[in-house]
Order: sequence, then C-alpha cells, then structure tokens
Amino acid sequence: MKTLVLVEHDNASVKDATLATVTAAAAIGDVDLLVAGSNARGAAEEAAKIAGTGKVLLADDAAYEHQLAENVAPLVVGLMADYDAFVAPATTTGKNIAPRVAALLDVMQISDIMSVEGDRTFTRPIYAGNAIATVQSSDDKLVLTVRGTAFDKAEAEGGSATIEEVSGKGDSGLSQFVSQELAESERPELTSAGIIVSGGRALKDAETFEQYITPLADKLGAGIGASRAAVDAGYVPNDYQVGQTGKIVAPDVYFAIGISGAIQHLAGMKDSKTIIAINKDEDAPIFQVADIGLVGDLFKILPELTEKL
Amino acid sequence: MKILVPVKRVIDYNVKPRVKADGSGVDLANVKMSMNPFDEIAVEEAIRLKEAGKAEEIVAVSIGPAKAQETLRTALAMGADRAILVETDDEVEPLAVAKILKAIAAEEQPGLIMLGKQAIDDDSNQTGQMLAALMERPQGTFANTVEVDGDSVTVKREVDGGLETVKLTMPAIVTTDLRLNEPRYASLPNIMKAKKKPLDTKTSADYGVDTARRLTTTNVSEPPVRQAGEKVADVDALVAKIKALGIA
Repeated sequence: MKTLVLVEHDNASVKDATLATVTAAAAIGDVDLLVAGSNARGAAEEAAKIAGTGKVLLADDAAYEHQLAENVAPLVVGLMADYDAFVAPATTTGKNIAPRVAALLDVMQISDIMSVEGDRTFTRPIYAGNAIATVQSSDDKLVLTVRGTAFDKAEAEGGSATIEEVSGKGDSGLSQFVSQELAESERPELTSAGIIVSGGRALKDAETFEQYITPLADKLGAGIGASRAAVDAGYVPNDYQVGQTGKIVAPDVYFAIGISGAIQHLAGMKDSKTIIAINKDEDAPIFQVADIGLVGDLFKILPELTEKL
Repeated sequence: MKILVPVKRVIDYNVKPRVKADGSGVDLANVKMSMNPFDEIAVEEAIRLKEAGKAEEIVAVSIGPAKAQETLRTALAMGADRAILVETDDEVEPLAVAKILKAIAAEEQPGLIMLGKQAIDDDSNQTGQMLAALMERPQGTFANTVEVDGDSVTVKREVDGGLETVKLTMPAIVTTDLRLNEPRYASLPNIMKAKKKPLDTKTSADYGVDTARRLTTTNVSEPPVRQAGEKVADVDALVAKIKALGIA
C-alpha cells in the first residue's frame, strides 16, 4: 500500500507530530511525505531526512502558507490518485484538513488511530478514551489521523528522500488567514515534553498558578499544562489544556497538581510513564492512576518541593 | 440570515460509559442521554447572533432515533425557532450525516451552519469539515470567537500553538470549541413554549442519501487499566522518589 503523510511544519522546520505519524504510516505501507507551505523548502529538506520515507512532495505556494484546509484539501485530493492512504497527525492542523480530504474522496475517515491491526483495521479511542474500538474500513482508500502518543517517533535523521515539486489549484478564494497569536515560550512543547507540570482549579487564579507552578517547571525544565477547569477559569490560555478535548500527552513524568482527575483529563495524560499527583483530597480520582501521590496543601508542598529538588 | 444548527443526541457527559461484556459496544440501555455539549455551545452561539440582530431564524436539525426529538426540543427551548428530525435507528457515520446536512442546507439556504467540533460518543471530529467540503464552502473549526460582519464571518480558532483568526466568505461552516460561550439553561416557560414550535420529521431517503456504513466496528473493549501506585508521607519522601526517577 502507498501512503501519503501530511507533514506538520511551520514552513521553516518539521514539527515533532510528523514523526509518530510516519511510524504509523510505515506500518501500513510505503511512505511519501507532503509538505504544503510557502517558502517551505527548509521544512521539505528537514522532512527528507526522516528515516524510512520514499520522497517528499513539496507544494510551495503562497496559498498554502497557513495551511488553510480549503486550499490544502484539493491539493491532497489531486495527489491521492497515486496513493492508497492519506495519513495526517491528529493535531489541530491534521484534524482540520483530513476530514475535508476524506469527504472529497468519498471516504469515511478513521480518526485518532492508536494502533494498526491489519491492512484496513485500526484501534481508536471513543467516549473520551473510556472505550477502545477496533474499526475496519471498506472504502477503496484510507484517510487516517494518528494519535501521536500511541506510536514511537520515526528517526528525524538518516533518511535521504528526494524532493519533488508538485502544485495544486492554490487559493480557493473561500477563506483568508487574518492573524495568529502563538504562545512564545522557551518551554518544551506539551506534546513532545519529557516532563510536564500541570495545574488544576485548586491553583485559585492566574497569579497563583504562575507563582506556584512555574518555579517547579523551571527547575525541572518541564512543559506546563492545565486541566480544563483551570483553562475555563482563565488561569492559563487554551493551548495549555491537557485532556480528551485538548492535548493528548505522554511524557516520562507527569505532575498533576491540584487536579482532581476528571475522566476528560485522564484521557489526555494516562499514557504518561510516571504520574505524580499532589492533591488535598485523598479520595480524588487522580490517585487511582498516579504512581506516586502526596496528600496535602499544594500551597505548602510546592514551595518546599521546588526548593528541595 | 438563517442559521442551521445540527445537534446530536449522545450519552450525558456526566455518565461513565460501560463497555458491554461481549465487546459489541457501549451499553446505552437506561443511560441518561443529552445534547452533545459542543452542539449546545453551537445552539447558544446561534441564539446570541440572533439576539444581536445578525440572524433572523435558527433551524435545529438532528439525525437519529425518534428520541432525538427530545434533543431538538431542548434546542427549541433554548431559543431555536424550528426543528427537523431525520429519523433513523441506524448509527449514521459522519460522512453520511454530512451528506444529509448538505441536502438540508440546499433547501434551507442558511448563511451559517454551526455545530460542535466533535460528538462526545465517537469523538470523530469530522462532520463539520466534511459538510464544508461537500458544499465547497469554507470552514472555521474549533471556534473560540465568532463575529459576523456583512457577508463574511471572522472566526478565532483554538489551535495547538495558541489562536488563529480566519475570515470566511458566507455561507460558511463553523465548529465550536469549549470556550466559545457558556450555554444557557432553558427556562420552564420556554420549555413549555418549545412544545408548540414546529418540528418536521423526515427520513434519510427523503434526501436521497445512502447511509450504509463504510466502517465496521469489530470490537469495543475497556482501555488498559492503570494501577494506582503508592502515597508518600511527606515532601522529603516525594523528593526521594523524584530523584530516583533521575529527573532532578
């Protein structure tokens, strides 16, 4: 089977989410990569180094700069004549584009795959991860999105794919990019961080969240996350949210601080290698999944912990 | 302008789903069902646009069993003007749902179609994008803020790195994220009034859409259970454990 993987990138470089997607695609068949962007040769050259890939298709056009789904989907559909499967990371970019591609191909997409069980058979989470479905497709072509934490990352170096320029219709005229507000941070990105310190509603407000969570994260070189309750209460921006409807993470160590452990949140972090929970309620559900727990007042524990580490 | 709001009847978000022992699915017998929370946000946003004078009529649509009428009545009680139920006992996949919605949109000619970014049962996150593709219209997915201005709609989207703003030419499809608004509760008088609002019942055949499934679910199982670890007594013990992990 021939697969086409959508590369997640910012025109200059490839984002990590691409690597796990390549691993998933390689379990189905041969892998080619698509870089749709503007002045994106840098990203294409980086993509060409990913181990285990055939070639990189580079669609370089101002219309693809922000990867608007209205423009990228027809491009992909045009390329799919030569492929059996379109595979995208289950990031906000992939989730935006893939279903548009699927509908244009008249294919029922399989979202968020966690494993490849056969040629056309995959597992995926349903009901916020409370159940795992095994799903088989009867469509001629496959359209898949891949849960990044469920697959190992392909090696970012070692490949030497050729870069081939392709083109599509360009601007659909339907939508326009206006602006973006991206969080500027020295911190590791949540989906690739080795350590994550997450805070919940118990942090009280934005100021105390910053005052108590940030020093610990700084000390550990960790990414900062939050529960939905903390995001909804405005302590931190939406891109901090870990959970079924936010980001799915699986770091080596996950600190859940003042997070009770709603199903929604657990679905986003329960694949972490080690979970450490600090909560004043000893019956909080988070302790049922935590490897190490400490019951107590986080406003006393955190400063002491940060100091002693 | 007319706004079309597709809503789905799903397991209530407070209920913990139980997987059936035979692996055939999730047990929905005698389980509380409600409107998909993301769709509730879509209904609320449509009502706010109407209240702000940007829309004249809100039409709620549901594709599902006869009981999805209750979900539509909830939308009507919140403030939708009329409803369409496309009745089916089959589990209709997002692609077929999008095809039915496209046919309804062709009849209703809405300026905006607002729906949840995903349903909390199958978590597919596909219907809005598929509908936009089939209609060859723009999509504003994962909306955090929606502003209608003349014949365009500006949508601030929640993306992995932060927020992105796009401007779409209407008719457009908008899918809602959690922070777009907080849906209102329907008041008792409005619940009573909703019973008298028009609700049409149709079938997928009325729209000429084949709803045969493309995907077969061969098994549904419980996710692997994570074992609880140990609780430590104090910060010193926690520090020792953390150091043992080799991260500090």
